[in-house]
Amino acid sequence: MRIYSTLLISWTLISSLSACGPSSKPELPSSETTRITVTGSSTIAPLAAELAKKFETEHPEFRIDVQTGGSSRGISDVRSSIAHIGMVSRALYESESDLNHHLIARDGVTIIAHGKNPVKNLSRQQIIDIYTGKIRNWSMVGGDDKPVTVVHKAEGRSTLEVFLAYTKLKNTQIKADSIIGDNQQGLKLVANNPNAIAYVSIGAAEYDAAHGLSIKLIDLDGIEASTQNVRNGRFPITRDLNFVTKGNPSEATQRFLEFAVREYNQNIVEGLGFVAADAP
Amino acid sequence: MSLQMLREKIFQTLLKISAILCGGIVIFIALFIALESIPFFRSTPIYRLITDQSWHPTEQLFNLAPMLWGSIYAVSLAILIAVPIGILVAIYIQFYAQSLIQSLVLQIVQILSGVPSVVFGLWGLVVLSPLIAQISGPGTSLLAGGIMLSIIVLPLIVIITNAQIEQFEEDYIKSALALGMSRQSIIIRVILPGISSGLYAGISLQIGRALGETMVVLMVCGNVVQAPLNPFEPVRALTANIALEMAYALGDHRSALFVSGLLLLLLVSAISMAQTKNRTIAYV
Repeated sequence: MRIYSTLLISWTLISSLSACGPSSKPELPSSETTRITVTGSSTIAPLAAELAKKFETEHPEFRIDVQTGGSSRGISDVRSSIAHIGMVSRALYESESDLNHHLIARDGVTIIAHGKNPVKNLSRQQIIDIYTGKIRNWSMVGGDDKPVTVVHKAEGRSTLEVFLAYTKLKNTQIKADSIIGDNQQGLKLVANNPNAIAYVSIGAAEYDAAHGLSIKLIDLDGIEASTQNVRNGRFPITRDLNFVTKGNPSEATQRFLEFAVREYNQNIVEGLGFVAADAP
Repeated sequence: MSLQMLREKIFQTLLKISAILCGGIVIFIALFIALESIPFFRSTPIYRLITDQSWHPTEQLFNLAPMLWGSIYAVSLAILIAVPIGILVAIYIQFYAQSLIQSLVLQIVQILSGVPSVVFGLWGLVVLSPLIAQISGPGTSLLAGGIMLSIIVLPLIVIITNAQIEQFEEDYIKSALALGMSRQSIIIRVILPGISSGLYAGISLQIGRALGETMVVLMVCGNVVQAPLNPFEPVRALTANIALEMAYALGDHRSALFVSGLLLLLLVSAISMAQTKNRTIAYV
């Protein structure tokens, strides 16, 4: 009797724990319901959520779940059919050609420095030299005689991948003074450190700079860092924001995808600091 | 079965369930972390955790040692700062402060112990790091981490020391007074040695807590994976590493992060076991 109750208790305990453990995944809806699960990049998530809200208002029979966890999660969730749509904030790799991608917007990655930093413009080579430790003082790029605090992103972040692709550097070559997680952490750090240099999503940087945060967007090779220049394709560090799907998506997923790339969603895209994908 | 026996039975069962739940959760989590680490040990020999060139998991380099050192350095620094100050504050409260100031300081210390660490982290990032940057380095550094952790640990060191002094046998103090010892030498020669074993226990609990602290070290330490040459250089703690990379980690990278979690778990259990042993000896 005693052993039995102990067993019973531990069984209840373990089963309840595993229910809330890592094995709990967003449930795939059965064919009658019209729930669409979207997971992946935290950069795209606000955009996907806005699109989902509008889509749900127009089509009340649909429910769209947006969950973040990074582009890599978006890829793996779509592959394992945990999600219907993955959000991936970069172009797909060759190894990912088993998936279909749908470009919904573009995002620029911009170099930022403290608002009081006199440096306005950097060349690609100067950025490479700063991030590999060849340039250690702002005076070498026309600034004050102050050491450069190099702010870099943690492994796996898609802004990091975009930055590495632009500089053609390997992550092992970079000598950083500070490593951050998301864009907000980078913006706060730079605003509080007059010697810092970092790279973040241009939408987030433009928004915060316009709302009084003491940061400035550094021009690249004379090209002004602005969403305008991302749109017209002049700005060199950009990335694609993609929805990815596997095989033949369900009708519901198909309808949401068509909705997401439709032109009249441009104001949503631009409201978040991104650039509409099909602009010239 | 009488009503009272039934009540007793229900009460006992309730106690048992709580105990099993409490122990079971810890065991379950430890098992889960160990299981998630297994893929890493299958694909990579364990010595690579300290012999690899660096920590670049996406390039298959898995040297965890600098982060282990980062955690240990930051916690040591915090304990070095917080323990002396904490003991001095407790002595002041108990023996020197007037009752009004005594209760005021205790109140403040208690409030301090309840401040969420992310609030401290924000302060560290906005105020402390720029100050350190004016002296040397990028500001976000081992020193910043050590100071912030010491602020988090300090209130509990004060509270523990204070409680230990309050529980201290009054007879010893009376005897010491009868021997004509001064207040200062009673504190240094009678009370401090008398409460030392209790203090060790309290301090090792705080070491465990500081080791596990994540948000603050993530915000103020700079998170560069390196063995620091001086306190003004940035470091990355094991906890910060997991928080920074877990959301984006896949495959071996993910299991390597679980390995670092396992390492933390072992470190904390070793400390707590050492402390339990220590206390048993003290009671014998």
